[in-house]
Amino acid sequence: MNHSLLMALLILAPFVGFLINGARYKKHSANVAGVIATAAVAISFISAVLLVLDLVAMPVESRKIAVSFFEWMAVDKFKINAGFVVDQISAIMILVITGVGTLIHLFSVGYMHHDKGVAKYFAYLNLFIFNMLLLVLGDNLLVMFVGWEGVGLCSYLLIGFWFTDKEKAAAGMKAFVTNRIGDAAFLLGMFVLFITFGTLNFSELNALAPTVAEASWLGAVTLGTLFLFIGATGKSAQIPLYVWLPDAMAGPTPVSALIHAATMVTAGVYMIVRLNPLFIMAPNTMMVIAVIGAATAVFAATIGMTQWDIKKVLAYSTVSQLGYMFLACGVGAFGAAMFHLMTHAFFKALMFLGSGSVIHAMHEEQDIRKMGGLKKYMPITHITFLLGWLAIIGMPPFAGFFSKDEILAYAFNSPFGSPVLWAAGALGATLTAFYMTRLMALTFWGKSRVPSDIHPHESPAIMTIPLIVLAILSVIGGWIGIPHVIGEHLGHIPNMWEHWLHPVISPIPGWQAIDHTTEWTLMGVSVGLALISAIVAYQFYVKAPETPKKIAESIKPVYNLVYNKYFVDEAYFGGIINPLVNISRNTWYYIDVNFIDKMTYWAGDLMRGMGSMVRSVQTGNMQQYAMYIGIGVVVALSFVVMR
Amino acid sequence: MRAVKVEHMNNDIINNIGLNHYLILAALLFVTGMAGVLLRRNIIVLLMSIELMLNSVNLTFVAFSKYLGILDGHIMVFFVMTIAAAEAAVGLALAVSIFKRFNEVNIRFFEHLKG
Repeated sequence: MNHSLLMALLILAPFVGFLINGARYKKHSANVAGVIATAAVAISFISAVLLVLDLVAMPVESRKIAVSFFEWMAVDKFKINAGFVVDQISAIMILVITGVGTLIHLFSVGYMHHDKGVAKYFAYLNLFIFNMLLLVLGDNLLVMFVGWEGVGLCSYLLIGFWFTDKEKAAAGMKAFVTNRIGDAAFLLGMFVLFITFGTLNFSELNALAPTVAEASWLGAVTLGTLFLFIGATGKSAQIPLYVWLPDAMAGPTPVSALIHAATMVTAGVYMIVRLNPLFIMAPNTMMVIAVIGAATAVFAATIGMTQWDIKKVLAYSTVSQLGYMFLACGVGAFGAAMFHLMTHAFFKALMFLGSGSVIHAMHEEQDIRKMGGLKKYMPITHITFLLGWLAIIGMPPFAGFFSKDEILAYAFNSPFGSPVLWAAGALGATLTAFYMTRLMALTFWGKSRVPSDIHPHESPAIMTIPLIVLAILSVIGGWIGIPHVIGEHLGHIPNMWEHWLHPVISPIPGWQAIDHTTEWTLMGVSVGLALISAIVAYQFYVKAPETPKKIAESIKPVYNLVYNKYFVDEAYFGGIINPLVNISRNTWYYIDVNFIDKMTYWAGDLMRGMGSMVRSVQTGNMQQYAMYIGIGVVVALSFVVMR
Repeated sequence: MRAVKVEHMNNDIINNIGLNHYLILAALLFVTGMAGVLLRRNIIVLLMSIELMLNSVNLTFVAFSKYLGILDGHIMVFFVMTIAAAEAAVGLALAVSIFKRFNEVNIRFFEHLKG
C-alpha cells in the first residue's frame, strides 16, 4: 500500500474513533464504545507495523518514510508543512504507542465496564493516541508542538475524568498548569532555534547542527536546547516540574498506564533523542540534563520507598525511571534512552495495569497496607506483576536489565558522564529494587490484611490477556539490545538495537570503547546491589514486618521528610503559588477595584450629573419645543438683523 | 357725488395697498397661527393653526413675487401647498389614531418622550 495512505490511516484512525465515540458519548454502551476505540487503535497498530516493515526493507542509508500532506503555513521564510516522518526513532515510538495503546484499550473495556461515562472515556483515549502520533510523527517542531499540547489536554481531561470529585479535578488542573510552564519554555526554545537556524524542520536542524558546537552558557544552541529541556521536564515529570505526575494518579488506572507511564511522559525523552545532533553540540545542556536526570532518579525513588498508595509508588517509580532516560540522554547515550523508554513502556504499563487489576479486585482500595497475600486470589495478576517486578529491578535476563545497564555503562564511560553520575544511577537502581520489592511484598505476599468485607477475585480475561502480553514483552523486550560483552558469549548475538538506531544517533565525541572487565564489573555491581536490596526488602516486609516500622521510628525526622515528599508541594505553594495569588489579589483590589473601577465610575457619574442638569429641558411637551424653536428663530433673526 | 367719492376712495385704497400691507397681514396671520400651535391643546386646532402659518408664508411669497415681478414665489407656493396637503393627511391620520386609542384628541397624550 502506498505510504501516504498508510500514514493517513495510522494517524486518523484514532481520530475517527474519537469522533464516533465523542459524538454519541451518552448513547454508547461500554462494549460498543470499547470495541470502536480498540478497533481504531488496532487499525493504527496494523498500519504502523506495515510502515515499519516497509522501513526495514529499505536500504540502511535511505531508511526514512516522509509524507507531507499539505503546506500548513507560510509566512515569509517561515514555512511549515503538515509533514510526517517514520524513521528509526519514530518507528519505535509508533509501535509502542499503538501496540501498548491497543492492549490498554482492551484492558479498559474490562476496567471501565461499570463507569457511566465510558464512551467519553474512550473518546478521550483515542484523541490522546491521535495527538501522541502527531507528536512523534511530526517532521518539524511545530507539528510536534501541536501533538505536545494535545496530549497535555487529553492528560488533563483524563486525570480529571471523575471531575465531580474536587480533588481529582484539582489534580487535572495541576497537571495542566505545570505542563503549561514547561510548554512556555518549549515555545521559547522553538523561537531561539528558528532565529538561529531559520527552520524548525528536524532533518534540517540536525543537518545544520554539527556546524555549531559551542561551549558557552548563553550561546543560541545551548539556550535553545535548555529551553526545550525545560519543556521536557514539564511533560516528562523531571525536577523541578515533576509534582503533577504523582497527583495525576487520580485518573483511571489504565490512563496512568498509557499516558503517565508508557507514552506521554516519555515525549520529552523522545524530543531530545529526535534532536540529538543538536543537543550533543551543547555540552552545558547535556550536563544539566544528566544531573537533573540522575537527581530525579534518586529523589523520586526515595519518595517511592515511603508511599502507601499502590499507584503513588508506581508514579514515583515512573518519575525515577524517566530520570534514568534523561541521565542517558545527558551522557549522550540516546540509543540507551530510547531502549529504556521502550522496555519501561512494557513493564511499567504492565505494572500499572496489574495495579488496576488489583484495585478492581479490591473494590477501589489503593492502600497497600490493606492488601497482602493477594497471590492466592489473583494468580495471573501476581505472576505478570512478578515478571514486571523482575524487569524493573534489572534482573537478567529481563528487559529492564539490558536497558538500565546500558545507561549505567554509558554514565560511567562517556566523556559526558562521570563516576558520580554512575553512582547516582546505581543508587537509584538499588532504591528501585527496594521499593518495588516492598510493593510486591505488601500487595501480593505475606499475610493477608484485606478487610473482611472485601473478597478479592481474579480479573476477567479481557483484563488478564493484556497483562500476559505485556509480561511476555517485559521478559523478552530487552533481548533485541543485548550488549556485545554478553552477546559474544551467547554465540555472537548482535546488538540489534544499536544497529537499528546507529544511522540516526550522533556519535559521542571522544568516546573510548569500554573495556570488558569494567563493563562486567559495573553490571555485577548494579545487579548485586539490586539483588541485596531486594532481599533486604523481602526480609523487612515479609519475614519481619515490624522492622521497617522500627527503622522509621528511629529516623523519624528523615522518614517524615521523605514521607511528605520533601514538602516540595508545600514549598511551591509557600514560595511561588501563594505569593502569586497574593500579588494578584492585591492588584485586583487596589488597582482594579479601587483605582480603575473608581475612575470609570467617576467618569460615568460626571456625565450623569451633567445630563441631569439639562434633562429638565426635555419635557415631552411638543408645544414647549415649538416655542423653543420659535424663540430660537427670533433670536437668530434678530442677531442677523441687528448686526 | 358721495358715491363717486366712495368709488374714488376705494380706488385710492386699492391703489395704495402696497407690499407692506401684505407683509403685515402675513405677519399677523403667522403670529395667530403660532399662538394656536403653542397654546391650544386640540390636535385638530393645532393642524389648522399650522395651515394658517403655512398660508401666511404663502401670502408673503406671492406678495414678493408680485412686487418684484418674477414668478419664483408662485412656484414656491405650489410646493408649499402640496406639502401642506401631505402634512395635513399625516397629521389627521395621527389625530385619528390617537383618538382611537384615547378617545380624545388632546395633545397631552403625545407627551411620552419626557427626559
